[in-house]
Amino acid sequence: MKTSVFYGTLAASALLAGAASAQSTLETVQSNGELSCGVSTGLAGFSAPDANGVWQGFDVAVCRAVAAAVLGDPMAVNFVSTTGQTRFSALASGEIDMLARNTTWTFSRDVDLGFTFAGVNYYDGQGFMVNRELGVSSAMELSGATVCIQTGTTTELNLADFFRVNGMDYEPVPIETNAEAQQQYLAGACDVYTKDSSGLAATRASFPEPGNHAILPEIISKEPLGPAVRQGDDQWADIVRWTLNALIAAEELGVTSANIEELAAGTDNPEINRMLGSAGELGAMFGLESDWAVRAISAGGNYGEIFASTIGEQTPIGLARGLNAQWTQGGLLYAPPFR
Amino acid sequence: MSSTSDARTPTAAPKAAFRLSMLLYDQRYRSITIQIIFLFALMLGIAWLVDNTINNLRALGKDFSFSFLTAPAGYDINQRPIEYDSQMTHGRAALVGLLNTAILAVMACALATILGVIAGVLRLSNNWIVARLMTVYVELFRNIPTLVWIIIFGAIMTESMPAPSAFRGDDPSASMFLNESVAVTNRGVYIPSIQFANSLGTVNLGVVSPSINWLLVFAVLIAGIYANKAILKNATAVQNATGIRPKTWWKSLAVLLGPVLVLFIVFGAFLEYPELRGFNFADGTHLRNSLIAMWLGLGIYTGAFVAEIVRSGILAISRGQSEAAFALGMQPGKTMRLVILPQALRVIVPPLISQYLNITKNTSLGLAVGYMDLRSTLGGITINQTGRELEGMLLMMLIYLAVSLSISGAMNIYNNRIMLKER
Repeated sequence: MKTSVFYGTLAASALLAGAASAQSTLETVQSNGELSCGVSTGLAGFSAPDANGVWQGFDVAVCRAVAAAVLGDPMAVNFVSTTGQTRFSALASGEIDMLARNTTWTFSRDVDLGFTFAGVNYYDGQGFMVNRELGVSSAMELSGATVCIQTGTTTELNLADFFRVNGMDYEPVPIETNAEAQQQYLAGACDVYTKDSSGLAATRASFPEPGNHAILPEIISKEPLGPAVRQGDDQWADIVRWTLNALIAAEELGVTSANIEELAAGTDNPEINRMLGSAGELGAMFGLESDWAVRAISAGGNYGEIFASTIGEQTPIGLARGLNAQWTQGGLLYAPPFR
Repeated sequence: MSSTSDARTPTAAPKAAFRLSMLLYDQRYRSITIQIIFLFALMLGIAWLVDNTINNLRALGKDFSFSFLTAPAGYDINQRPIEYDSQMTHGRAALVGLLNTAILAVMACALATILGVIAGVLRLSNNWIVARLMTVYVELFRNIPTLVWIIIFGAIMTESMPAPSAFRGDDPSASMFLNESVAVTNRGVYIPSIQFANSLGTVNLGVVSPSINWLLVFAVLIAGIYANKAILKNATAVQNATGIRPKTWWKSLAVLLGPVLVLFIVFGAFLEYPELRGFNFADGTHLRNSLIAMWLGLGIYTGAFVAEIVRSGILAISRGQSEAAFALGMQPGKTMRLVILPQALRVIVPPLISQYLNITKNTSLGLAVGYMDLRSTLGGITINQTGRELEGMLLMMLIYLAVSLSISGAMNIYNNRIMLKER
């Protein structure tokens, strides 16, 4: 009797597991009632819990917008902290539904690791931060320096290439998390901290005396950062991609969290109407309700609003829009049409 | 019993026919039946796991291949026992990691053994303070996780030692030790290194190319050790024959160090002192913070366990042995060295093997302080950059298994040699 119950349970759980794996990511998220989103272990401005333990930041806002579009509730997100080394395993294994963790879109990650990048939410490049006391004004003067670096990142490879190409040597100090790197750098155990320059600015903002540290002018790589999902579920990839596009297009079209309710009722601009669902059936095409974009934009505002409130010039991180301005403003942000 | 008993009595009729139910109810067959069923279940389980892996890999669009090992690694490693740069292969990077693991394991095993033997013997001392101090050491280190100790040692090195820039200027706030030869900084310890003015070049052995000078030095050193053994054996023979042991210390010293010194002079050996240049100290040997933190953390932590093993070994020797030695007028030190420890070794070595294995496996905690061991190179960066989790992990498991089994095998040979010879 006991054994048959045991085997019965085993068979049932195996069936359930099989059924669960056959579910699409959208169905999984909807049945769980929350989105599992992989973020960093804490990088001010991009993803870090605030004083109340609520995750805030530029990458977090993407998670919240997707949760709002899919579930109608921007707070229905389960944030999973991942390190540079654990993030891909977490995504590949299904522990998280999407990854929004300053992750660079590269060929091998897209093709070989089996992920789909849903777009670029921040155009970045790798930079160097040094203490002003060293009197270094260019990365070309860094020969022989000790460099703190987060392992498992593209920056690690760029760093090796940069020093090799310029015929300089260096001493890498591999480190797991941004917090550890910060501690090592501030203690003077390394001369240089290298990372995406946005991340350097965010890290510097949390220093006791940010003014003592300079970010060198050289940008040694292209780092298009964006949210990633598992390859093979195109519907889910489309949802994340177009949620991001909606945030970008909303800024271009002048849709903000302030005027969205008014605009959602219907406007003279047919593209706004299609995006916000007062005309056409765009939402139904990927299995969401017609007001998905309204909910996504209401969650934290359009791209420009999110940028300004998390990492923009008015915040301690103080990043300029630069490459991340709309294409109409000389930047690279260019959302495909909602049609 | 009832049905089979007649088969066993000599007068019984020919064997009862074999029935299928006997597989379960007959004690002669039951254990075999159970073993076969268990084996089948185990094989089914393994087959299911393999099948599941293959299916899931296919679902993810991944294949199973070790070709990544020949692709360029692209990353740099700070501690390089053999030549390596970022354009060499992932396989080479894994080898560098393996050598770093080996270096750390050997250093930590040596430290743990030395500390453990001292602490284990002193814990039995009649001196109350010494014995209690050793108890404090053992209990303090044994009862706090090794990872915590590693991080503590790492943090002490990083936070409380001076930066290299503090050594600069006319009135530096930090200074080097031992006649300006050793610099302790927050990036590690820089010590002088031995260099040869007349280098004989390197010999290329395929993967590694060691310096001929050092190979010769080691060869001479090993020859010296064997010669010294012969001298000691001879001395024992003389002692057995005449009762007087000839003085051998100067012969041993000459045999062990003489040839090495001659080689050093011929090769023009000199000490290269660390020197502050640019951002860091250059020249000399750089013992990085990560290595020091791992070495102290693992060595001192495991030393506490070794101390208990040594103490248990000593306590296992009956009191009569030391009393007899004292009755012969032997000093306590000599009693310990010549009577107690040789016998205690038989009890000490088997558990000591497992402590050495523990150290070797615990080197994989290196990532916590950024020590580039096998786990950090092959199991960390390589897996992350290539996405070959399954292959990398399997390979790493195999390597650790092979290393552990070799240590175990070597120590078992040693154990067989010191075991009580029963004749």
